[in-house]
Amino acid sequence: MPAVQETVDRVRAIDVDQYKYGFETTIEMEKSEKGISEDVIRFISAKKDEPEWMLEWRLDAYRRWLTMKEPNWARVEYDKINYDELYYYAAPKRKAAQSLDEIDPEILKTYEKLGIPLREVEVLEGIAPERRVAVDAVFDSVSVATTFKAELAKAGVIFMPISEALREHPELVRKYLGSVVPVTDNYFATLNSAVFSDGSFVYIPPGVRCPMELSTYFRINERDTGQFERTLIIADKGSYVSYLEGCTAPKRDDNQLHAAVVELVALDDAEIKYSTVQNWYPGDAEGRGGIYNFVTKRGDCRGANSKISWTQVETGSAITWKYPSCILRGDNSRGEFYSIAVSNGMQQVDSGTKMIHLGKNTTSRIISKGISAGRSQNTYRGLVSAHKKAKGARNFTNCDSLLIGDQCGAHTVPYIESKNASAVFEHEATTSKISEDQKFYCLQRGLSEEEATALIVNGFVRDVLQQLPMEFAVEAQKLISISLEGSVG
Amino acid sequence: MLEIKNLVVNIEDKRILNGLSLTVNDGEVAAIMGPNGSGKSTLSYVIAGKEDYEVLDGEILLDGENILEMEADARAAAGIFLAFQYPLEIPGVGTMTFLKAAMNAQRKTRGEDELTTPDFMRQVFAAADKLEINREMLKRALNVGFSGGEKKRMEILQMALLSPRFCVLDETDSGLDIDALRIVSEGVNALRAQNRSFLVITHYQRLLNHIVPDTVHVMAQGRVVKSGGKELALELEASGYAEYRANEAA
Repeated sequence: MPAVQETVDRVRAIDVDQYKYGFETTIEMEKSEKGISEDVIRFISAKKDEPEWMLEWRLDAYRRWLTMKEPNWARVEYDKINYDELYYYAAPKRKAAQSLDEIDPEILKTYEKLGIPLREVEVLEGIAPERRVAVDAVFDSVSVATTFKAELAKAGVIFMPISEALREHPELVRKYLGSVVPVTDNYFATLNSAVFSDGSFVYIPPGVRCPMELSTYFRINERDTGQFERTLIIADKGSYVSYLEGCTAPKRDDNQLHAAVVELVALDDAEIKYSTVQNWYPGDAEGRGGIYNFVTKRGDCRGANSKISWTQVETGSAITWKYPSCILRGDNSRGEFYSIAVSNGMQQVDSGTKMIHLGKNTTSRIISKGISAGRSQNTYRGLVSAHKKAKGARNFTNCDSLLIGDQCGAHTVPYIESKNASAVFEHEATTSKISEDQKFYCLQRGLSEEEATALIVNGFVRDVLQQLPMEFAVEAQKLISISLEGSVG
Repeated sequence: MLEIKNLVVNIEDKRILNGLSLTVNDGEVAAIMGPNGSGKSTLSYVIAGKEDYEVLDGEILLDGENILEMEADARAAAGIFLAFQYPLEIPGVGTMTFLKAAMNAQRKTRGEDELTTPDFMRQVFAAADKLEINREMLKRALNVGFSGGEKKRMEILQMALLSPRFCVLDETDSGLDIDALRIVSEGVNALRAQNRSFLVITHYQRLLNHIVPDTVHVMAQGRVVKSGGKELALELEASGYAEYRANEAA
């Protein structure tokens, strides 16, 4: 495993408080006025040149939000968020770019530094079967570039910023937006519905296998700015798409709010594979700064034989509140959730999934691996439920927690509800520590302490990493080791 | 050459090794026998550098260098190898992955280049064939779900691949059936060499019929109380450890 050596080298090369993506880009920004109000929402909607119904939808959400209370059932503690002190819209001043040459070079540089290719690299025929990924890059509140659009369009695939989709494909957006995560779903989703500024929109037509992986890369740059992106992916009958999401933010002493909503819709025989590597700034070793990540992600297996698979690698954020879920509505539909949640320092993670079995013979599988180090707290919270009509529903859940050191915590909170006697739900959970004996065994063979820990952790998360597209898996593996730096010894 | 001089070791304030001295020359196979609780396994762990053992006095010199000051991984790179009585399972880590990581880690410590994949594969397959370890076993996670015999063969495979200077076999015969004992012993015998020595820890004479030692040492109460040639093992087999237990009681 060459990655082990690489990760060890990387871990050695950086000190505890260093977060590789913590740099800031200096660029002229246009912002809404501070705080949230109907005026601010009108401002955002006007900026996006949205249809009237969209503005009404937002305002309706905002009015609902005002009546709602911030949820407090998760096992996380944080200072109260002052919603009036945030900026809800921040965009680079330059006009939306038609080609890469028009994008502010500072932004291009930012993505280059992050290792995200915005230039479509020509792939020579017959040489290097290079894997190509179409990227939508979201910088604070707006999408700054989307690559490979023309090629995707040839296959009939729509991949564009949601703000653009609202103008170009309003009927599609209107039909599906809020159909999986209703406007009133929860405090953060409702807030997002009111003020979301951009995100990605994907539509795969019937029978089409998306010719390349699609990816969105989110970057929060601006200070005191919340990021509220909205992603909507629709896989029409018999189609397939694999989608990747990545995120980073600069290092700052104050906390920043990220409240995204992701909705997936899979129609008959369609399949969506959604992978996330979440690497928001986690705060420093003392718990100063870091992103508050309150995200609602839900997939609807609306059609028969449809399949939605969530894979997430969570290493960043000061607070993670996130439960990517599947509604298994179509008969024989399948939901999967593969998760690696790593917490170190003072990070708090409350994450898991919900598998709602509604259709007949629906199946789901949950594999969750929590790794806690430092003084962090890591909670798995999951719900598996079977509706009266969900005859033959089956779930398999496996939650494993690994503790590194003795000041961290791991918690598992599974909820299981079955209203159908034929449902079969299995739940397995383990909590282990990296044993001193295992470590000694590795050391006796010549591995250093860091190498031994990296190896054992990689082994622990292996079955989840295998679910990720290959390049992503290598990245994720490095990321996990970096996140655990300073936890050894 | 490994020289142990007046080794005194405690675990949690309890004296386990009490002034143990022992010399194993290059190319020599030394057997250590003794009743339960005489400190045999502690000796193997202290040589390999496991923490939790408090070394109060003495030295362990490998070719004149005191290894007690080295970390466990540095000792491994210097050529100390311990075949565990109970090899550890490492879930999710493929056997090949582990072998490569270990071999390259030691090479790196010694300032050598990493092995190329083809070289690595050739070495592993050649050594595995001798120990009747099939390819399927190499694909599994290290020691996970292995039988007792498979685990011990895996230890010897690692010993062969890491080419150590000094090998400690801690009750390698425990849990082995006749066939596995033969395979493991042949594996060890094949590694006997001029510049390599062995410390074979065992309760039973049985293993020493297969791995014939040059010297036999009896341990009791944390020190070597009797040394002799291979015939000493036969005597012990006949008379048992009663004599040494009596000493303990006295």
